Parts: sequence; C-alpha cells; structure tokens
Amino acid sequence: MSTIAAISTPLSASGLGVIRISGEEAVAVGEKMFRPFKGGKELHTLAGYSCAYGRVFDAEGDIDEAVATVFIAPKSYTGENTVEFSCHGSPALLKRVLRAALDAGAGLAGPGEFTKRALLNGKLTLTQAEAVMDMISAKSASAGKAALAMRDGALYRKIRSVTEKLTELETHLAAWSDYPEEDVEELSDEHLETVLNETETVLKRLMDTYDAGKVIREGATTVIAGKPNVGKSTLMNLISGRDRSIVTEIAGTTRDVVEESVLVGDIPIRLLDTAGLRDTEDTVERIGVDMANTEIERCDVVIAVFDSSRPFDETDFELIEKLKGRPAVAVINKSDLELQADVDAVHAGFENVVTISARKGDGEEEFRKALASVLKTADLDPAEPVMANERQLDCVRRAKKAIDEALDAVAFGMTLDAVGICIETSLDALYELTGEKASDAVIEKVFEKFCVGK
Amino acid sequence: MEEYFAGKYDVAVVGAGHAGVEAALAAARLGVKTCIFTLNLDKIANMPCNPSIGGTAKGHLVREIDALGGEMGKAADKMMIQSRMLNLGKGPAVHSLRAQEDRAYYHLLMKKTLEQQENLDIKQAEIVEVRPDGKGGVLGVMTHLGAFYEVPNVIICTGTYLKGIIYVGDRKWESGPDASSPAKPLSDSLEKLGIKLRRFKTGTPARVLRNSIDYDKLEIQHGDEHIVPFSFETKGELKNKVDCWIGYTNEDTHEVIRKNIDRSPLYSGKIEGIGPRYCPSIEDKVMRFPDKIRHQFFVEPMGLDTEEMYLSGLSSSLPEDVQVAIYRSIKGLEHVSIMRNAYAIEYDCCDSLDLRPTLEFMQVKGLFGAGQFNGTSGYEEAAAQGLLAGVNAARRVLGKEEIVLERSNSYIGTLIDDLCTKGVLDPYRMMTSRSEYRLVLRQDNADMRLTPLGREIGLISDERWESFLEKRRLRDEELERVKTSSVRMSPELDAVLIEKGTAPLNEGTKVSELLKRPQITYADLAPFDTNRPELPEDVIEQVEIEIKYEGYIRKQLAQVEQMHRLEEKKIPEDIDYKSIHGLRLEAIEKLNRVRPMNIGQASRISGVSPADVSVLLIYLQK
Repeated sequence: MSTIAAISTPLSASGLGVIRISGEEAVAVGEKMFRPFKGGKELHTLAGYSCAYGRVFDAEGDIDEAVATVFIAPKSYTGENTVEFSCHGSPALLKRVLRAALDAGAGLAGPGEFTKRALLNGKLTLTQAEAVMDMISAKSASAGKAALAMRDGALYRKIRSVTEKLTELETHLAAWSDYPEEDVEELSDEHLETVLNETETVLKRLMDTYDAGKVIREGATTVIAGKPNVGKSTLMNLISGRDRSIVTEIAGTTRDVVEESVLVGDIPIRLLDTAGLRDTEDTVERIGVDMANTEIERCDVVIAVFDSSRPFDETDFELIEKLKGRPAVAVINKSDLELQADVDAVHAGFENVVTISARKGDGEEEFRKALASVLKTADLDPAEPVMANERQLDCVRRAKKAIDEALDAVAFGMTLDAVGICIETSLDALYELTGEKASDAVIEKVFEKFCVGK
Repeated sequence: MEEYFAGKYDVAVVGAGHAGVEAALAAARLGVKTCIFTLNLDKIANMPCNPSIGGTAKGHLVREIDALGGEMGKAADKMMIQSRMLNLGKGPAVHSLRAQEDRAYYHLLMKKTLEQQENLDIKQAEIVEVRPDGKGGVLGVMTHLGAFYEVPNVIICTGTYLKGIIYVGDRKWESGPDASSPAKPLSDSLEKLGIKLRRFKTGTPARVLRNSIDYDKLEIQHGDEHIVPFSFETKGELKNKVDCWIGYTNEDTHEVIRKNIDRSPLYSGKIEGIGPRYCPSIEDKVMRFPDKIRHQFFVEPMGLDTEEMYLSGLSSSLPEDVQVAIYRSIKGLEHVSIMRNAYAIEYDCCDSLDLRPTLEFMQVKGLFGAGQFNGTSGYEEAAAQGLLAGVNAARRVLGKEEIVLERSNSYIGTLIDDLCTKGVLDPYRMMTSRSEYRLVLRQDNADMRLTPLGREIGLISDERWESFLEKRRLRDEELERVKTSSVRMSPELDAVLIEKGTAPLNEGTKVSELLKRPQITYADLAPFDTNRPELPEDVIEQVEIEIKYEGYIRKQLAQVEQMHRLEEKKIPEDIDYKSIHGLRLEAIEKLNRVRPMNIGQASRISGVSPADVSVLLIYLQK
C-alpha cells in the first residue's frame, strides 16, 4: 500500500498535536522531514517502539521541535510501518508539518483510511471498529455537502476547465489509437505540450494560492506583540480605526488580550492586541503576558512592534529571536521621535520591516502592503478560485505531478501510450477532487467527437 | 407438446457462435459432460459480419483467450489470409493484431474441432425452454422437438438470434443473421426465470462481387511482411494470401444519404433497439458528422474460395435501392454488384448487471450468459466470455472455486467487470482506452499474465507449459543481464547514438540505461552488447518493452497492487446492505443492484463513495 499521512489529533490549539505517517515508506518519508538533535539517532536506525527527539523541517526551514516515534510493521495502529511526530498543537504548524510529509512523498490519508488499513491488516477489534464507524459516516455526510456546494463554485469551474482540456487530449489519443483504420490525425508534440503546459500553469497557480486562499476564507489570526508601551495599542487603533485598546502612557495597561476583527484590504483579520512582554511581579499582568506568549505561538502572523525612540533591550532581542522563520511584519514605531535604537537588528531579523509613526498615522499604507505580502495575498484577486482544504490540495498536487510526468515523457520522446497514461492519472486526481468518476468520460467523448467505427 | 427424457449432461451450451464454441470446448476439456446446441450445424462459428478477427484491444482479447487455453487464436492463425499488427509506432500498449480470415474454412475448422472434442456432443436443435428446479437452480433444457435434457448448468450464447428482426428500409422480418432462423420461445422462458431482457441492434454492410470493383480507383493495403501469430502455440512462418483495399465516400454519396434519410428505419423510429456507437452505419456517420467531406472504408475478401467481398465501414439499414445508389456513387464501386445487401438486426439481450463476474446470473444458480446475449459486440468479446463461462460452469460441476479475472490482469477481466459493475447501454466493444492498466496489459505479455492461471484451470498442456516456463526463464534472465552488464564507450557506439538523435556517452553504462532511450532499440546495440545470448524474437520484444517503459510500468503495478488488496476483500453473497449502519441510500441501492463480489468491485460502482467503501470494510470486519 502507498504511504499516507494525516494529522491524527483534533485541529485546535492544544499542547500537543500528532502527525501520523503510515505505509511501507513511512520511515523514509519521515527521514526526509526530520533531523535528530546532535547525537540522536537517524529514524531508520531506530527499532520499533522507540523515539528520537529533533526538528521537523520543510523546504522553507525548521517547523517545530518534535518527538518522532517509530513503529515497525506489524506492530503499529495500522499494522504498517508508521512514524508519528508529536509536535506543538497549533493548527497552522501541524498543517505545515503535514504538508512537509506530503512533499516528502506521502499521499494524504482519506477519511478513516488509517482505520481502514488497520482493519485490512487485522489490527482493529470489533469494538474499536464500531467506534470509528460513526465518525466516518459523519465525515462522509459533511463531505457530501461540501462537494455539493463546490459544484457551483469558481474552483469547480476552474478544475472543470482543466479536466475538459485534458479529456479532449485523452479523447483524441484514444480515438487515434483505438481506431487506426479511421483517419484520425496524430496529435503534434507542440499541441500536446501547449495544452499540458497550460494545465500545469493552472494547477501550479492553484497550489501557490492555497495559503492565501485559506487566509482570505478563514481570516488570519494576527497578534500584535512587543514590549510594554512600544505602541501596540496605538497601532491596533490605527488599523481598526477605533479606540478599542486602551492607550495610556503607563507600561502594562493591556493586561488581557484585546481582540478586533478588521479588514486589511479585502482580507479579514482577527487582530489581537496583547499585553506587553516583560518579566513582571504583578500576578494579573503576568497572566496577560503568558496569554500573549500563547497567542504568539499559535497565530498565523505576528506584528512585532519595536520602539525606535529607546535603545533595544533583552526583551526586544528575545522577540526577534522568537519570531525567526515565522510569518511576521516588524514595525519600527515612533518614527516621529528621535532614533535611539539600533534598528539594524530588526532589519536583520525580519524580511518585512516598516517604519511608521502609529500616533501620527505615518507609514500606514506601507504597513498594510507589508502585511498583505506576508499573508501572501498581495497578488491574489479575491475572485480567484482557491482550494478549500488539504484534500483538494493533495489532489491538485498529484494531478500536477502527473502532468509534469506527461511533459517529461513528451520531451524524452516516449510513445504516446505512456503520455496518455500520465494524462489519465492526472484526470483521475482532478475528478477525485470534484467528486466525479472519470472512468467513462473519455470513451463517451470518443463517440461524440470522432466519427469512428467499422 | 409431448416431451421425452433425452439424457443427462453436466453443462449445456445454447448457441454455437464464437462464445458458444469456446464455452463448450472449455467445459468439455475440463472433463465434464457437455452438449452444445445450435439451430444450424452449418452456422457454427459463423462470421455474420466482418471476415476478420482482432483489431485494437480485440487482438489483446484473442491473445488472452489463447494464453488461458482457448481456441480462437489457434483457429484464427490457421485460417488467416492477411495479417497486420496495428498501431506500430503508437506504443506497445496499443499494438494490436488484426487478421483477415477465410470465413467458410474458419467455420469448418471450428465445427471439426467441436466434433473431435472428447466429452462433447453437438446437436442441431432449438432450445425453447430452460426449466428451473424449484430450488433456485436449473433442472434442464428442452428442444423444439420435445427432447428434455437434465442439465444443471446452462450457458446462454444466443448472439443476435433471440427474437431477431432484420430491417432493410421499411421492410422488416423475423430472422437470425445471414438469413438464418431466429430463436423465439427461449426469450419467454428466460423472462419467466426472472432474467430481464432488452433490445439491442447492430448492422452489417453489403457483400459484393469481387470483379465488379474497379481496384485501380482504390488504395491497396498489404499485410505485414513479418506476421506475428495470435496463438503462443503457433510455430513457423505465416504468409499473407490476399490484399485489402481502401476507398472513400464523397459528397455525392452523402447527398444520396441525406435525400433518403427518412427511409431509414432508425431515423423514422422503427427500430427501438439501441445500436452500438462505435459501429455506426454510413448514414449515421454522414448525419452526425456533416462537416466530414469523406468517410474511409475497406474492401476485404471473405475467403479464398469465394468472390464475395466485404465493404467494411459501409453498413446501412436504408432500402436496397438506396444502398445501390450509395455504393455506386463511390469511386471504384460505380458498377458494383451487390450479392448480399446491408441490414440492421435487432435482438434480445440481457441486462449485464444481472450477471456476477463469473458470468452466472444472480437470479438462477447454474445459468450463465456469454457473448452478444450479454450486451457486447464482436467475435472476440464473445469468445472471451464464452471461455470464462465454460470454465466456471465446469468448475461448478467439479466443486472447484469459481474463477474471476481481474481488471488488473486482463482485458477479459476489464470487459467482464465493465459488464457486471457499470453495465452497458449499447453493445459494448473493447477498446484499449477502457483499461487503466494498459501499459501492463499488453498483447505481447498475455502469456506471462495468464498462462499460469490457464495451467491452474487445466487448459494448458504439459508441452505448452514447459515451453512457457522456458520463455519466462529466458525473459527473466535477459532482463537481469541487461541491467547488470555494461557497454563500453567507443567512437562506433557514439556514432550510432548520434545518428539516432540521442546523446553520446560520457562513460560506459548499463545496457538497460541505453535501452531506456526511446531512440535506441535492442537491435541497435547488438554490436556493442557483446555477451548477448541468442534469443527468440518474442522474448526480445518483452525485454525491450519492460526496460523502456520500466518507470511507467512500475507506477501501474503499484496501482494494480492497491486495487488487488481491495479485491481480496470478499463480500458475502447474502450481505444485507440495508442493515449496514452508515451507508448512504444511493450506495445501498447501487450495491444491491450490482451485488459486488469484493470491495474492489464495490469501489468502482458509480454512486458508491470512498466513505461508503470504508463503512463496508468496517462492517466486513465483524
């Protein structure tokens, strides 16, 4: 069986979250996304039921610290080789780890697929099976609704435009090879490559817009963080246009987390103003600081605010360090006052840095642009179709991979039967996305479009 | 009608067309007492349509029939008068063998083969009744003369004979194909057993006199210089004996058709049967594709001892005078003399969703269907089903486990799965595009895929088995050798590589690496691949394809493996889908209609979602 992966714990903020990878290649897949800490053991050297501590990473860098547990078939939940990564339980983070697993070669597990495999391998008892059954039927009901809603959507139309083109190619290839006695023209490599390249572009764009699409759809949780009295609440008020946060001169005014939903451009943002980060003896404020830290951990984007009118201290540097590799905008505030801080550290630590005066409203436009760019929504047309979930992403990923293989086959000079197989694989993945069955679409079209027969 | 007890058999085959012949031979060869009934002994294995066997995907079927120990390939090789491998250059998945056959001698050969078969009786009689035993099975069959045979397994292979009606323009009459009698009472008897029947139709073009054609105005089509036989058993060189010709319709032809289209029984709505889309009449082609300025057709000899020629591509059900006008409007056919006119024929067939993948009816134990009666079209599709139905009827007698062929191991499996799982709305023709595993299911490796199963079933002789094992050994050894032995760099080799349009070498490399290049053939490397053994051509072909397409084949095999796991999960016959908590209503309905044998089959039913499949899996675990 192919190797599959999924997030195996509920997708909500929690202490721990588990990504499970199961299948023959599970260890190899895990190895591609996990680096043990110095002196630790590589995954493939581990015996069953043993662990390694290290970092999970993807092409962009480290994602999180994790404990990797290796299970060797048949001694695992599914009865197959299994690797489980226990990470921190932030949904955004877990999704990124999952995608690293998919990038490393795992396929996305379908609803109940681990359980299905466990059953196939005789690992699950009757009671356990009954327990998961309700869950699976619940999922299928909601999946059905989702599919129905999709039929009218922009994404469906987009995918449809791709499947139509591919079906047309495949139909032509089918008529050409199944009816040699008819004068069906051969497809030119140029035409094949043109259509395949167009398809590839559409699929690639869909993959690229996945993150941005999620932000547009679900909104991005954005935390404003920084030392006390650097102007976080002023910035929040500037963005939301209301005096929602209490702005005072006394450090530590915002003791709980203040929340506001605002639109930055077309993007809905859950904006969280937090207590200033500092060591404090005040019990109430201490709780506020802890909450701030938690929010920073689990939000999508951090707006890190620094006060350039005072020299940076330990807390500033800690914040820069803490946010390394995270989606963030650094705001150097109080540009209306004399520069006292070494702002180079901020420029070195962040990709997106804007200098503003939140009090005066200077630099607001730049700030909004930087935020849109971090959210990857800067160049996204809100009307553009985007995928709704990891399952769809997985389908598009597989479809694109098959198109790349078809293009390789054409370039390499393979016969068209091999090219056709790749196109068919791609079509299957896209039909899976739209919930249709591909099987007979091509054959129906052969008779519709070509005059063939004895 | 007065009836009498006429005897006992294990298996009765009703109809001696291409399905019936394979069914009867398979059953008898497996050692069970078999009787084949036909309306007319002189129509055994008749070809009422084109005088040819094979073609795209159909050629695959014939090779698979042969690999399993069936008869069609051997007979087709013996009576072949011209042979061509189609689609060379389009890739090994779609290479297909097609041979013109001597129609009369093919019939005679098959008749004699039946006559000489042990355990097999052949009777000219019309079966008018299949009698139930009152316990869900079959008691026996009765002929039109009142002879009752006690037989618990009956295979219906009635082709286009069942309540056959021929249409030519506004004329219609009850008839089987080629002016034979139709079979009528059997339809009612089957319906009484709960078998749903429906009407399909098909058509055939005219046969014309050889010397009434002006061949100078047609393109000649020769057979292949080197002929590949259908049968893995056929030894020695085969020779072409005839040529075929290609011609085209023109605007005048289309004008005649358009003017007379209201005289077509199809267009005037007289024929209710559903015709095959892949085999449209010439009027159909002209009306549906008005932009096409010409349609291709072929002139094919009907045999060596006849002057009849078959006009492939020009079938019609228009009135005879219109047929004459159509044909004579064509260059080369201006003076053509029609010997047998074109016609459409309508007949009863079953709804294939009533069949299990063993080709036994769900409603009646021991009742099987095969061939055109199951809603297919084509001699090869018929023969393939006949073989499997014969095997399963015999195994039922012998108390052996039934045989189901999988989509992943054969076109036969694909064909039967399509019939039983998806059902058909018009006569079903096999096509390579119907198989998702077509790079694995090639015509060249049919023996590797199926002969071990044929041996297990008992239709492969010791001698054939030995020669198969030898071929497989040679193939495996050569595959291993090309992957491990190297060719050295040399100016001569680079010269060849450059000439073939591919890059020269930087260092020595494995033979297999060079073979992977699409531009390079196994033969090209002969001077450089120095320790190459002497090998038969068919072994070389397989090695070359397996290496060249290795990456694609591996991917397909992974898909096969995945499907295989699901197919190993059997569903009990008495499963009550309604009682399964969690199945959606639509899934329950579809599952009840198809009654899949395993999870793999269930997953292919349209209307059964992956979630439904998970629910089924969990239920089965109980």
